[in-house]
Amino acid sequence: MSGLRARLQQGRTLLSDGAMGTMLMATGLEQGECPEQMSLTRPTALTRISEAYSVAGADLIHTNTFGGSPLRLAEYGLEDRTEDINREAVVSARAGARGDTLVSGSVGPSGRILEPYGDLSEDEAYESFFRQATALAQGGVDAITVETMIDLREAVIAVRACRAAGPSVPVLATMTFQPTPRGFHTVMGTGVPQAAEALIAVGADVVGSNCGNGIATMIEVAEAFRAATDHAIMIQPNAGIPEVRAGLVHYPETPADFAAAAPVLVALGVSVIGGCCGTDTAHIRALRQAIDGQTPTP
Amino acid sequence: MTLIDKIATTLQAGDDAAMPALTRAALDEGLTPQEILDRGLIAGMTVVGRRFRDFEVFLPDVLLAARAMKAAVDVLSPHFIGGEMSAAGTVVLGTVRGDLHDIGKNLVGIMLTGVGFKVVDLGTDVPPQAFVDAAVEHEADVVGMSALLTTTAPVMAEVVGIIREQGLSGKVRTIVGGAPMSADLAEQLGADAYAFDAPGAVDRVQELVASK
Repeated sequence: MSGLRARLQQGRTLLSDGAMGTMLMATGLEQGECPEQMSLTRPTALTRISEAYSVAGADLIHTNTFGGSPLRLAEYGLEDRTEDINREAVVSARAGARGDTLVSGSVGPSGRILEPYGDLSEDEAYESFFRQATALAQGGVDAITVETMIDLREAVIAVRACRAAGPSVPVLATMTFQPTPRGFHTVMGTGVPQAAEALIAVGADVVGSNCGNGIATMIEVAEAFRAATDHAIMIQPNAGIPEVRAGLVHYPETPADFAAAAPVLVALGVSVIGGCCGTDTAHIRALRQAIDGQTPTP
Repeated sequence: MTLIDKIATTLQAGDDAAMPALTRAALDEGLTPQEILDRGLIAGMTVVGRRFRDFEVFLPDVLLAARAMKAAVDVLSPHFIGGEMSAAGTVVLGTVRGDLHDIGKNLVGIMLTGVGFKVVDLGTDVPPQAFVDAAVEHEADVVGMSALLTTTAPVMAEVVGIIREQGLSGKVRTIVGGAPMSADLAEQLGADAYAFDAPGAVDRVQELVASK
């Protein structure tokens, strides 16, 4: 089984997984329960989610550790469980990975705002990400995905911490952008070229974007990344921007929409394609077929 | 430039160090705390909110402006009758049951705190009754609910229903927001207000409190 770096070098488009939150809710996450604690309380439910995405054709699945940094876990008084929550999340995901599906550790934002705008020091942020990344590396992840970042400084700190925690573990780093009259920016004001340059400089193997936009807009984000860098790019769109139909909220982009857009992303040379909020196994299956139709298997 | 305009522009520039002296100078000139709040601080914050909405500035500028506002409010507060700011109030915030997304909700909390509200943040995946219990416990003026997911709109209606059943309508007002929300949906759900984004939420909450 070849690792992420070898597969990226082969030039094939890798398929990532879809949304985790909705899947967790469907398994009956208790009210007020810390989602990440499920790796201790109900690991088999997590394994089933991983298995579903793996069977749907994902080359890369993610652990249920988006909020698994001690800073986030502290909101539930669980920061002392950082090590076992993250390690066990890797074990649960691995148990569901079929064939040569790779397991990447999800690392989301700290939930705090760095000084001088907020009260989080850079050292505190680094320490928090380092602890989580160390536990993920000890659990045996094939990669770590730093995702949904809006503050470039925080993203850079997270990537540095991941690289230090597992020097041989590849790191994917994606941020959430919104369209503005001056091009795509995160809500903190980071543009795509700036993000690409800084994340690559600290050793991200793959850079890109997740969340915030549907796949049509994400094609434009991918173009912005491609214009900025020759580096490997990852794109994980939402299933569109949620809208209201007949009083119910609903994500408009279907698996067919994803399948139709995928060839454009492949043509742009995007290395990893997956889904974020609103996507499920049907979107991933559709992407699998679209990607396989595009790239001849070597 | 008048002193009150200077306060508004200094707030927009996020210069929190300069705010206490300017605020004291305005009080010394005989401006009332309410005038300073409305025509200086809130006027300045409104400009920042508009510029944020128009993507002329990004969140760091909003956060700095909110901090500058806080610096001025700390000077103003003791000068309000009874030592309490009459314009600020208490807001209970949370992401509704079934939903774990909290970036938007956290922004709203930061900005409301910045403009002098007491914010009780219940976190994510908050059950309907917990919103109302917290509102009663903290004597909140407003309950703010956020959601991103497809399934969570009905939960907001449940909260509105409980507020009505407990006879708190008019006393505890509700505001909703989040990517899938709209003014129409807010009305369908029986909420008192809807905000498109965090600066908008601050405006609407101030209106809700003012109209009580």
